[in-house]
Amino acid sequence: MDSHYSSAAISVRGLKKSYGNTLALRGVDLEIQQGEIFALLGPNGAGKTTIVEILEGFRHRDEGDVAVLGIDPNRQPMALKIRIGIVLQSTGVERYLSVAETVKMYSSYYPHPRPVGEILGLVGLEAKRDERVLRLSGGQQRRLDVAIALAGDPDLLFLDEPTTGFDPSARREVWEVIKNLQSLGKTVVLTTHFMDEAQYLADRLAIIANGKIVAEGEPETLAGRDRMLATVRFSLPDGVVPPLHLGARMTAAHAYEVKTTLVTKDLFDLTSWAMSAGVDLEDLRVDRPTLEDVYLELTTEGGASKSKEVES
Amino acid sequence: MNSVAMLENQIKYINKAFWRNPASAFFTFSFPLMFLVIFTSLLGHHSIEIQPGHSVDISTYYVAAMAAYAVVTACYNNIAMGLAFQRDSGVLKRTRGTPIPSGIYILGRLLHALFVAVILVIITAAYGKLFYHATLPTGTALFEFLVMLIVGSLTFCALGFAITVVIPNADAAPAIVNASMLPLLFLSGIFIPITSTAPSWLIWIAKVFPVYHFAWGMKSGFLGTPFDWMHVVIVAAWGLGGFLVSFRFFSWEPKR
Repeated sequence: MDSHYSSAAISVRGLKKSYGNTLALRGVDLEIQQGEIFALLGPNGAGKTTIVEILEGFRHRDEGDVAVLGIDPNRQPMALKIRIGIVLQSTGVERYLSVAETVKMYSSYYPHPRPVGEILGLVGLEAKRDERVLRLSGGQQRRLDVAIALAGDPDLLFLDEPTTGFDPSARREVWEVIKNLQSLGKTVVLTTHFMDEAQYLADRLAIIANGKIVAEGEPETLAGRDRMLATVRFSLPDGVVPPLHLGARMTAAHAYEVKTTLVTKDLFDLTSWAMSAGVDLEDLRVDRPTLEDVYLELTTEGGASKSKEVES
Repeated sequence: MNSVAMLENQIKYINKAFWRNPASAFFTFSFPLMFLVIFTSLLGHHSIEIQPGHSVDISTYYVAAMAAYAVVTACYNNIAMGLAFQRDSGVLKRTRGTPIPSGIYILGRLLHALFVAVILVIITAAYGKLFYHATLPTGTALFEFLVMLIVGSLTFCALGFAITVVIPNADAAPAIVNASMLPLLFLSGIFIPITSTAPSWLIWIAKVFPVYHFAWGMKSGFLGTPFDWMHVVIVAAWGLGGFLVSFRFFSWEPKR
C-alpha cells in the first residue's frame, strides 16, 4: 500500500498533540488511500477524535506533517472545507426545518453542490423530504447527518462514531449508507469503538491506544490474527484424563484446551483417541482470536507491550 | 454563490426556523405584544407624572416601553438563547466545518434579529395609535427614535453574543439570560414607570446599564421629553464592549 504514495487521500507523519500536560497524540503516522473506507478503532480517550479533528481543521497540531487531499488543514482551511464532509459525534441540526430544506441550506455553502434529490436518494430519506427534522428517528437523523456531509459533493468524508448509542436496526441503516458511499468513489474515514462496525465497513483499520497507533491493517489479518494460535476446547467426563501427547491443559474441572497451529491434525488426534477410548468430548469447539480479542489485547493496560508475544 | 446571496439565503432559513419554533415565536414575538395589551388594558386611561410637571397617558407610556422591551427580547434574549442551544447541540460546530464564512453566519443572525425587532416595534406603535391614540414620533423625533432603535438593536444583539461566553450549557441559558436582563427591565422603567418620586440610588444603578438609556431614548419621541444623545452614546459603548467580548471569547463548540 505504501508504494501508492501519490494516491493517498490522507498522509500523516509524526503527529503530536497535547492538551495542557496531557499528551493526547504521541507521534502518529497514517496513510489513507483514495476510495478506501478506513476505520480508527480505539477506546474512549485514546485520541481518535483528536486525530480526526486535526485532519478536519478543527484543532491545531503541535508537531508533525499533515496532508488531507494534498492540503494542510491549518494553512488552507477554506480550500479543505470545500472538499470534505464532516459527520460529528453529536447530531445537532436546526430542528424546525424540513429534511430537504436542511440539505438545501447546507448545499448553498458549497461551490459545486450535489443535487438535493440525489443526496436524499443516497441516504434513503426521499420519503421524509418534507418531514421536520425533530420528527426523525435516531437512525434517520444520522442519515440526515450523512446527507448534510454529502451536500458539497466532497471527495472525503469523516464520520466520528457514526452509530454510538443506536439500536441494532438503526446501526444497520447507517452501515448500508456508508457502504453506498464507497461505490461513489468517496474516501471515508470513520472512528468507532465497535469491532463489528470496523469489521463490516472498513477496508483497513488502525487501532489506537494512548495516543499511538498500535496496529494497522486489514480487519481479517490485523496484528497477525489469521496466523495466531487457535484454541481447541472440550470437556471430559469424571475420571477421564486426556493422553499426554495431545498437549491438553486443564482450565477448570473437566475442561481442557489445546493451543495449536495445526488444527486439523490435532483435532484428528483428539477425536480418534476419544473414539477408541469410547469417551464423549462434550462442548468440543475450535476458537480463533476475534478482532475483539486482538483489540482488547492491544488496548488494555500493558496490552500494547505484550502484543509481540501474541503475534509469535 | 457570492456573499450577499449567501447572506440572504441564510436569513431566509433562520427566519423559517424562527417562526416554526414555538419557543422563539412565542417568547420573542408574542410576549411583548401580550404585555402591551395587558398593561394598557389594566391601566389604560390614567395619566402619570414622569418628570416634575410633565404628565403623559399611561397607554402612551407603555406603547413606548413595550417597543423598547420588544427590541430587547428580539435581540438579546433571542440571540443569546438561540446561540446557546445551537452551540450545545453542535449546530455551530457543524457550521464551522462547512465553507460558510463565520461572519456571514453571525451577520445573518444579527440582521434577522433586527428584522424581528423592527416588525415588533411597528406592531406595537400601530396598536398604540389605533386603540389608545398614542402620540407617535414625527420629524426630528422620528429620526432620533430610529437612530436609537438601530443602535439599541445592534447593542442588544452584541450583548446577546457576549453573554453566551458565560453560559455553560443550554439548560443554564434561560436562567442566565433572564437573571441578567429582568432586573434591568424593572429598574429601567420598562414594566413599572419610573416617576419623579423614585429613589435616586436606584436610578443611579439603572444608569450604569444600557437598558435605562435605551428605554429613555425610545420613549422620548412618544412622551415628548427632550432627546438626549448621551443615551445613544452610552448604549453604543455597551454595544461596542459586547462586540469586543464576543470577538475575543465567542466559542463555536459546546463547553464540556
